[in-house]
Amino acid sequence: MTDVHAATTRAHREQWARVVAALTRRFGDLDIAEEAAAEAFATAVERWPVDGVPPNPGAWLTTTANRKAIDRIRRESKRDDKQREARMLQDDDPPEPTGAIDDDRLRLIFTCCHPALALEARVALTLRLVGGLTVAEIARAFLVRETAMEQRITRAKAKIKATRIPYRVPAAEDLPLRVSGVLATLYLVFNEGYLATGSGSDPVREELTDEAIRLTRLIRALLPRDGEVTGLLALMLLTDARRTARISADGELVALAEQDRGGWDRALIAEGHHLVRERLATGEAPGRYQILAAINAVHTDARDVRDTDWSQVVALYDQLIRLDPSPIVALNRAIAVAELDGPDVALAVVDRLDGALANYHAYHATRADLLRRLGRSSLARAAYDRAIELAGNTAETAYLTRRRDQLNRTL
Amino acid sequence: MQYLVSVIDDKSGSATDDEMTAIDAFNAQAQAAGHWVFAGGLNAPSTATVIDNRGSETLFTDGPFLESKEYVAGFWIFEAPDLDVALKLAADGSKACNRRVEVRPFYGEGA
Repeated sequence: MTDVHAATTRAHREQWARVVAALTRRFGDLDIAEEAAAEAFATAVERWPVDGVPPNPGAWLTTTANRKAIDRIRRESKRDDKQREARMLQDDDPPEPTGAIDDDRLRLIFTCCHPALALEARVALTLRLVGGLTVAEIARAFLVRETAMEQRITRAKAKIKATRIPYRVPAAEDLPLRVSGVLATLYLVFNEGYLATGSGSDPVREELTDEAIRLTRLIRALLPRDGEVTGLLALMLLTDARRTARISADGELVALAEQDRGGWDRALIAEGHHLVRERLATGEAPGRYQILAAINAVHTDARDVRDTDWSQVVALYDQLIRLDPSPIVALNRAIAVAELDGPDVALAVVDRLDGALANYHAYHATRADLLRRLGRSSLARAAYDRAIELAGNTAETAYLTRRRDQLNRTL
Repeated sequence: MQYLVSVIDDKSGSATDDEMTAIDAFNAQAQAAGHWVFAGGLNAPSTATVIDNRGSETLFTDGPFLESKEYVAGFWIFEAPDLDVALKLAADGSKACNRRVEVRPFYGEGA
């Protein structure tokens, strides 16, 4: 019984996207594909404990889902309409030679992450159609009502249909931009899991970080030569490796310098380092995710915070700023500068970002920390107050509050 | 499938000579590729008249139906197999006329 349960769970994890993608290709309709896939998995949950797990679960699920889809089309006796729609969405041309595997799942991912869809719609569609999460699960993860999430997904699917967003892998010339749209979606899912917002929520939502990593692994399997895909996977692994050390037993965020490095996941770090080295070996110019991964590789390379190669970190941030001269990158660079050149030098940099980042909690938290280290306690306290006001993560709020209250005692 | 590409403008006055040259070149390309259905530039919103003939008498109102800072200054209608092709045409159109554009599909099959 537990074996059957495990087999069903595994089949869901491994086969969901395949089934939805194959059905979308065949019937040219995301709604039909999604519903038929859900029905097929529900049938598996019912039948497998009785009939036993079929020898090829993937084939069983695809066949069952196909039958469910055909049943539904007949039932609704809209066969002609649906076939007409099928021609609309379908693209029988072989994909342009991109070096990519022609996998229907890739078409599905690119459709869900199309740039004409809002980022939040892409996130919801990707988690539902590629990740196989239920609407209720996605709604819970993003703290919105299930009806609102359902509507978001329905609207996105309606736009795909009405505007004829194609079901295909983009042409080689468009691929870098389109892949970056996919990666931005997955990175958002990961970050929402890693630094979850909402006062009533867990500080880390593993269902989101795990799903983001799983989907990024899938994309890497499909686009193994794309440096940014590898970079994002490495970045996620090296970040996720520190997950358990990052939140204390009483739910407070633990700063990087104070983390118990023995609690880091060595296997994830080894895999992340391997991916970073793989990219370095190509000699190709790295993109932002690869640089961020390299920065995290430097951090996770140090057994003790005092062994951190800060000049390397600053050099990597310099490289990142050339690609992405945003104030947030400048802020993160300043944190490394504080370690290399001192908090006074860093504070001068940070203060120049005030205009752009006045409403960003990390700006105030960074400033507060630098002011604290410089002994300017009353300014530090004001900065902590502002950071606490803006922070949305419960563990981070707890950390900032303790830091602020430590100041109070010293005054 | 046909797509309406509206040109969004916030300054009065028509296109400059350079813009017109670029628009002509873009139109020629779109025509050659078989995408071009129709295009036109519109006069200023102040020249608009709103007509309401839903009731017993025909009402005419001077000016546009929406007072806004931005308005539709012109449009293209393109024939394209899917949104990716339409977006590419719209992007080239935006560059040629040096303005933002909006893409919207006409009701078509499956919509």
